[in-house]
Amino acid sequence: MKVLVYAESTEGKFKKSSYETILYASKLAKKVSGETIAVSIGNVSDEQLNTLGKYGANKVLKVSEDRLNSFDSKAYSKVIAELAKSEGANIIVLSHNYNGKAIAPRLSVKLDAGLVSGAVELPNTDGSFKVKKGVFSGKAFAHYEIKSENKIISLMPNSIALEENNVTAEIVQSNIDLSDQDFGVQVKEVKKSSGKIPLTEAELVVSGGRGLKGPENWGMVEELAEVLGAGTASSRPVADMGWRPHEEHVGQTGTAIRPNLYIAIGISGAIQHLAGVNGSKTIVVINKDPEAPFFKAADYGIVGDAFEVVPKLTEAIKELKAS
Amino acid sequence: MKILVCISQVPDTTTKIAFTDNNTKFETNGVQFIVNPYDEWYALVRALEIKEAQGGTVTVINVGPASYEQTIRKALAIGADEAVRIDAEPSDAYYVAKQIANYAEKETFDIILTGKETIDYNGSVIGGMIAELLNMSYVSMASKLDMNGEVATFEREIEGGKEIVETKVPFVASAQKGMAEQRIPNMRGIMQARTKPLKVEAPIDVSLHTAVVSYELPAPKGDVKLVDADNVKELVDLLHNEAKVI
Ligand SMILES: Cc1cc2nc3c(=O)[nH]c(=O)nc-3n(C[C@H](O)[C@H](O)[C@H](O)COP(=O)(O)OP(=O)(O)OC[C@H]3O[C@@H](n4cnc5c(N)ncnc54)[C@H](O)[C@@H]3O)c2cc1C
Repeated sequence: MKVLVYAESTEGKFKKSSYETILYASKLAKKVSGETIAVSIGNVSDEQLNTLGKYGANKVLKVSEDRLNSFDSKAYSKVIAELAKSEGANIIVLSHNYNGKAIAPRLSVKLDAGLVSGAVELPNTDGSFKVKKGVFSGKAFAHYEIKSENKIISLMPNSIALEENNVTAEIVQSNIDLSDQDFGVQVKEVKKSSGKIPLTEAELVVSGGRGLKGPENWGMVEELAEVLGAGTASSRPVADMGWRPHEEHVGQTGTAIRPNLYIAIGISGAIQHLAGVNGSKTIVVINKDPEAPFFKAADYGIVGDAFEVVPKLTEAIKELKAS
Repeated sequence: MKILVCISQVPDTTTKIAFTDNNTKFETNGVQFIVNPYDEWYALVRALEIKEAQGGTVTVINVGPASYEQTIRKALAIGADEAVRIDAEPSDAYYVAKQIANYAEKETFDIILTGKETIDYNGSVIGGMIAELLNMSYVSMASKLDMNGEVATFEREIEGGKEIVETKVPFVASAQKGMAEQRIPNMRGIMQARTKPLKVEAPIDVSLHTAVVSYELPAPKGDVKLVDADNVKELVDLLHNEAKVI
């Protein structure tokens, strides 16, 4: 059984989530005694392509042509589906990230393949093929059985710890015939929020709530995030009031994240907020109200005024980093 | 513009999730159901705004049993012109997408919108499947949609930034925060909703790709370790040596 995995790149570089999918696919390939074939779309140097071997790709199919330099779910899913067919792969793995969410459903239709989106663990392949994913926005998990012959799994970012297993990947240039009808959208502009860590990929996240009183007080949040190398997030009212940009809003109706460390400052811990963050491995809560519900969902907590605690925390982390 | 908005019925966000039958069924007893927030707040409201600006119709479609009609009426109260319910259990994303695509194909819509995902099964797949089934463009996770004649300009989120994307009708897009502001239905809307058309259609046969075999609740957290506010260093020490996250 062959496992085909789409390794997404931006500006010629693979993302952390791509390495996660490669590692996941190669572990799955081992389970089903198969091989791991990675697909790279767009201009990527061979040196970068080689890095996929480090996480377990046996073979890397590289598809590059100018029209594929910007993202279009229609064209990308065609490329991946064609390669899956020609390689005879019947399991496809990709990341449950922004582009993965656009490609996976199209692939599911093209290949008549059952799709589990947002998997958090390796499938259970004893007997039937079962995949675990989060449901009810982080409040529970479901085990899905995929009944179809072809199977697609999109992996939730930050669900597998990266480890190298040094395979040397064979790099093969592949060509897929694409006509104009295979494209549907035109990317006019890409706006990068420079230097910021994408929230879904961040391993450490510092988040602020209404307890911080106003946008002018986010300096200390950003400073703490900076010394940690963390991404910044917020509760919903904070984004609704325009204190912080919309994309920082985490929770049931915002982005769901599962970092290693989530530090919640001045956030009460409403059920809708917890839904999006309770997949975090370690949760720290800083709140002046000892009765704040968030403490029940936390691993560590400080009952105290954020305006006093946060600057001290930043200093203490600076000291740790310096030592 | 002829616009179709896909709406899903989901448990209210405050719902405490529980399962029955040896963790194989979601406990619906005592659960309040709502229109999936992304469908209602962003996809539906933006559809209504486009209709208000350039004319057209807004149809909402739901795949669900008769008990979902109360939720569907809410979408009519907010302002959709008509509703369609495909009379079937929405048990698998592919099944649902096939039903909607089958209806949409007969009616030829210019714009098909969904929410970015449902807050119950968090699939984020229906829109993409419909687009593929109808061979249309698909823009996922759109936080802005502006129509200029037949041309649609989107802002869509990507990791660490945004993309400005253009396409032409017909297309499918999934909507998220930023696209519109939630509307609260008024009395007049609620009254009108009672008499707006709600068509019921029979489902087509589709074999299921997936099935939930069991559910599981997250392991409960142990007790929180509280650190004194005057001893922040201890927290750093715990995070470094015990949790090993920094
Ligand atoms: C349909 C629906 C969907 C929702 N989706 C989301 C979602 O996705 N994400 C989300 O976050 N919310 C969501 N909410 C809102 C949610 O119910 C809460 O209202 C919200 O999370 C509260 O935000 P908060 O904790 O920042 O503010 P508050 O609840 O006002 O809490 C502020 C906290 O700050 C503390 N505080 C005050 N001053 C200080 C200080 N000086 N130092 C330390 N602590 C201090 C207070 O003790 C309090 O606990 C949703 C609500 C609904 C109805």
